[in-house]
This record gives sequence, C-alpha cells and structure tokens, in this order.
Amino acid sequence: MAEKNMSLKKCPMPSLDPNYRNKVFEEVATGYTYDMAIEEARRCLHCKNKPCVSKCPVQIDIPEFIAKLANEDIEGAFEVINRSSSLPAVCGRVCPQETQCESKCVRGIKGEPVGIGRLERFVADWHREHATEKPTAPASNGHKVAIIGAGPAGLTCAGDLARMGYKVTVYEALHVAGGVLSYGIPEFRLPKAIVNKEVGNLKAMGVDIETDMVIGKVLTIDELFEMGNEAVFIGSGAGLPRFMGIPGESLKGVYSANEFLTRINLMKAYRDGSKTPIRHGKKVAVVGGGNVAMDAARCAKRLGADEVYIVYRRSMNELPARAEEVEHAQEEGIIFKTLTNPVEVLAFNNPDDPRDPRNGEVCGMKCVEMELGEPDASGRRRPIVKEGSEFVLDIDTMIMAIGTSPNPLIRSTTPGLEANKHGCIVTQGEDGLTSREGVYAGGDAVTGAATVILAMGAGKNAAAAIDEYIKSK
Amino acid sequence: MFKIVKKQPLNPTVTKMVIEAPLVARKAKAGQFIILRASEDGERIPLTIAGYDREAGTVDIIFQIVGGTTMELNALNEGDFLPDFVGPLGRPSEVEGFKKVAVVGGGVGCAIALPVAQALHANGCEVHSVVGFRCKDLVILEDEFNACSAKVCMMTDDGTYGTKGLVTNALDELIKAGNEYDEVIAIGPVIMMKFVCQLTKKYNIKTVISMNPIMIDGTGMCGGCRLTVGGETKFACVDGPDFDGHLVDFDEAMKRGAMYRDFEQHKRDEFCNLLNKEA
Repeated sequence: MAEKNMSLKKCPMPSLDPNYRNKVFEEVATGYTYDMAIEEARRCLHCKNKPCVSKCPVQIDIPEFIAKLANEDIEGAFEVINRSSSLPAVCGRVCPQETQCESKCVRGIKGEPVGIGRLERFVADWHREHATEKPTAPASNGHKVAIIGAGPAGLTCAGDLARMGYKVTVYEALHVAGGVLSYGIPEFRLPKAIVNKEVGNLKAMGVDIETDMVIGKVLTIDELFEMGNEAVFIGSGAGLPRFMGIPGESLKGVYSANEFLTRINLMKAYRDGSKTPIRHGKKVAVVGGGNVAMDAARCAKRLGADEVYIVYRRSMNELPARAEEVEHAQEEGIIFKTLTNPVEVLAFNNPDDPRDPRNGEVCGMKCVEMELGEPDASGRRRPIVKEGSEFVLDIDTMIMAIGTSPNPLIRSTTPGLEANKHGCIVTQGEDGLTSREGVYAGGDAVTGAATVILAMGAGKNAAAAIDEYIKSK
Repeated sequence: MFKIVKKQPLNPTVTKMVIEAPLVARKAKAGQFIILRASEDGERIPLTIAGYDREAGTVDIIFQIVGGTTMELNALNEGDFLPDFVGPLGRPSEVEGFKKVAVVGGGVGCAIALPVAQALHANGCEVHSVVGFRCKDLVILEDEFNACSAKVCMMTDDGTYGTKGLVTNALDELIKAGNEYDEVIAIGPVIMMKFVCQLTKKYNIKTVISMNPIMIDGTGMCGGCRLTVGGETKFACVDGPDFDGHLVDFDEAMKRGAMYRDFEQHKRDEFCNLLNKEA
C-alpha cells in the first residue's frame, strides 16, 4: 500500500474565480486532478469499523473505494461505489458530506476529514470520461414494477430494481427526467450533462422512462396495477411551494424559488434566445436560508443583478444551507441580511396613469429586524421581532425560498393512501410501505423537503422491500 | 411525440388543431387543460382542452396567436409532431345537476366555453350561450354553439355581426327577461370575466370562471399560476382552473398576466422575422 498522507487539511477543491463565475453558468468547482485525488485518498486510515459508512444513506463502502483509489485502481473504486449508488457523480457534488460520512471521519478529530465527497466525484467523473463499457440490462426475472417520479428517489429505486432483473417503468411528469436534479439544482453546481449521462446509464440497464406522464391524472395507481405492475413506488417529491402569506406576494416580480429555478434550469431561460422568459432583476431579495435560497440568489446574480440579498430571519449560525454553498455565495457577492424578516411586498403605483405597465411591479420590501430568543421545538433559537425596527429594502424582484410541501396530485387520486396533516405520505418504517398493499413511497413525498441523498436512501430501501414483497407473494 | 392530425384556421388569429394523444383523450373532461411544447427547445404553455374523441384517441386544442410559442405552434402543419403534450391537467368543470345555465364566452375563450356548454347540454341542462367577439371576422364556433344551446346571443364590439355590444349587455337582458340561472359560466379575457362577475354579483347568481394564467409545469410545482381567491393563494393548475368568480382578485390576475408582455412581443417579432427570412 502506498504511503499515507498525514496532512491535517483536505486538498482544496479547485474552483473558478468568483468574479468570473458569478456571471456565467459554468460549474464552479472544477474537480480534483488525478494527482490531487490520489494524494487525498492517501489521507484515509481505512478504519476497520468504518464509521463513515454508518452515516451514508446508501451505505457506500467508503474505505474500500478510497483504498482502490489510493492504489490508482480507479475503475475498481468506481465498481465499489456503483454497487451501492446509482448516481455517484451527482452525490459527489450535492451531498451534504459534512453532516454525513465526513462527520464521522477519524481524520476529522484532529484536522479536516478526508474529502470523501470530492473523491467520489473524481471517481465518477473519471469513469464517465474513460470507461468504454456500457452498462447492460441484467437477465429479466419476469416481474414488473412502476415508479412515479424520475427524481433521486425514483431513479435510485429504479436502478436497484433493474439490477435485480425487474422490468421497471419510471413515469415522469415533466419533459425530462431528473426531478430536482434537472429543474432545481443549477448548472453551475450540477451540470445537466452529468444528470443526463446517469439517466442514460439507467436506460442502458433496461429502465423505461416515460416523460410527460402525470400519474394521478393520465393514469391512476390502480391502473398501474391493472397494467401488470406488481408494486408501485411513489417518489413524487415535495414540489408545492410555500408562500409567507404577507401582502403583495402575488405582485409582478415575486417568484417562488421553484418557478425562478425551473425557468432557469429546466427551461434554460438564462441562455440568449431562450423561448422561456425570465425577469433580470437589478436588486433581488431571496427570502430563506437553505440551499435552494443560495441557488436562487446565485442564479439571480448570474442573470446580471447588481445587488442580491439573502433575507433570513435567524442569524448566520442557523442558516440551514451547506457551509460550502454559503461560502460560495459570499464569495460571489451575495449580501446576507440575516435577522431580517419581510412583512410586506410593496408595489409601484403611478397615481396619474392606471394603465402604466409598471403598476403592480415590486418596488420594495418592508422588513423588520429580528433578535433570537429561547430555542423552539426545532432546537433553534426562536426569532422575535424587534419593536420599531421596520425598514424598506429597495428591490425590484423577490424570490420566496421558504420551503415546499408534498405534491397533492397522487394522494388526492389514490383511494386508501394515507397522508398526514402536512400532506406527507405515511409509511410504515424504513422500507417505505404505505397504507396500500404493494405501494411504497420515499423521498420528499414522505419526509417533506429534504436532501437528494436521503431520497436516494429511501429509494434504495424501498427497492429492497419491493423485491422481498414480490418474491414472497 | 404527438402527431398533429388536423389543422384548421378558425379565423385569421385563431387555429384549431387535432392532436393524437390517446392516453390524454381517454381521461380528458371539459374544463381541463394540457401543456405542450411546440419544439424541442420550446417553452411549455398551457392550453385548455377544446374537445376530445376517446375512440379516435385525439384531443382538440384551439389557440390564439399571441406570442412566440403560439406563432411557432401555428407554423406546424398536419403530419408534424409536437415533442410534448401533457394532460389532462386541472380539475374538470362541474357540469352535473344543473337545470339552466348561462355560458358566456369571449373571443378565443369560446373555444374553452364550448365543451362545457356541450357537456351541460348532454346532461340535459338548458344552455343559454352568450358569445362575444371584436368583429365579424373573428367569430368562431357559431354552429357548434347553436347545436348545444337553447338560445344563443351573438355579440360583436363593432356591430359587424349579431348584436352590437358587450356580453354583459346581453346577459343582463337575459336575466332581466326573467331567466333564472342555476349558474353562470364565464370564460374569456380576464377583464370580461371581471365584468360578468360584477353583473352577476348584483343578481346574486353563482358564477364560475376559468383562469388561464402563466404556468410552467401544471402540476403545482412552480406556483407561477397563483391567484388570490377569497383572500387565499390558490394555484390554477391544481386548485382550478375553475374558480368562484365572485371571490377572484381579477385586477391582480390581470397585472400578473401582463408580466412578460414585452418579452412576448419581442419573441413574436423575432419569429416573424425568421419566417420572412425563410420565405
């Protein structure tokens, strides 16, 4: 085995210059070089009890793949990852490794943990660029399964079932597969060519992906069973955007983050000549502090905004976004207005001309300052309004990124499918079985908005449970 | 891919297309809509279903050429294919249990009002149709309305056909003449629906309108189609497109509808230039 690298720090991730990248949609983090990857892989101590694996929702054998990488067997490393993950190039880019695998890394006790995510990305990218063998369809076991939603949960479930020999059809409502990977996460964080390639691999394994199919409308779950499917997995996500319920939310220039990001990522509104319109705001406020808020803010900046604010009611310490995303946003010039909460969106109004096209456009946001009180149910300190702190933020575009709820289309058209008061589908335990026999669910449709990797973990567990269910019939 | 089986201009600015989409046709109901793209890099636009044939597996759409995408759509011909045609979306109109209903259609909105009128008629309801157009040249679907209505009031803004005046004038007269409607259904430009609702509110007649706002996915994901109904935020794609017209904030809807007017004008001009070049 090659010599260990005992550096306390991770090999830094090369990335584009902030002042260049905040005007373009090219991928920000450019990825490790071969030498960087081997060096970083040699920081791994190959702990026998593998604490990192316990925090991976899809249970990748991390020390094993890193050992292969350290020995420059990159294809071997890919095979290890590929056993457990259908979307390695995606996870290596968007997983919150700092709270998962890397949080348990022994190297992290006295220094920085091994850059597991960066290594996963390197291995997946290397495989994509160098591998000559195409994935092939395994021998059929003669059983059919339908999957609703081609996002991270559905694609993972599809990949695992296809590997076991199931004939899998994935139904997707939009015109392309990928779910949030396609419509939500921007090109500069996750190039769409990578998503397409990973979807292509699933197709090569025999998975059918039917786009333009809104299940619950064009076909019901009962009809999917009539068509010969023996089980159904629901991975329809948490697409329904929340609004704050403050005055002015429907003015011209107020977007949900979903709409803003979908126009940009799915419909390519950022490209010259795009047929889908988007507003190029000069002063943009994004309300919320999660990864979606960071994505929206960084997109707004790239569309040419002079000032982009993240408006968040708690402090920098409570931001739910990944630390790396917050850092990237700051580097790109996003202004953080924390401990601030909007109370009203203000409209332009020309009193002399009711037909002035600017009437009804956003021209400001009335905000209050907040301070932090005692911790609330979520364990975070509750924000309280500071008396008399009202002020107006001068903006022309507002983007609401305060969360989403599960899509109602499936639960409202499937008799006997239980959902809780938040609209989340109720499942029994880890394997995703719903209140209907043979119907499984996972990802944001069950948990409410969460992460790509948790959805993938749920898809994986459900695939195993579906296999067991069909075999025991 | 979805084949254009038939294309028929209804007037200089309105075109009807029959699209081969068997799965959509199997489930479609009056009042629902579809989302299509006219080309692989095209915009997604919602269009209300204007008719369907379950046996032939086809769905009719009728659209007005207003922006880049509808112009692009109109440049396609019989035998061409649409890359995407998704539906049926939204809730169907309620058409059962009525004895007498006034259906009010304005302009291309008549294309959406017609299947509702036909469904009501098929359910044994007495339908009075009030249809309005800017002028004689823009009149569409007259025979079809005659076939499913006990009474048709044809109105034009300039008096070149039917009676000169607005649909609200005709509706007011029908109500004043003693017609007792269980419901009024109004489908057309937002401004027309607003004034129909003002009128029926006066008479306290329940009025249902159909919204056709800006939309991307049509499944409740983008929130672009939101409108205020009775003080609450609703999504036209999943909560509608039909709403109680007496509760809708029409002024807000009109402003939101104009959000991309400049862009559309620009795209339309761009597309015209492209056609000219090719010619």
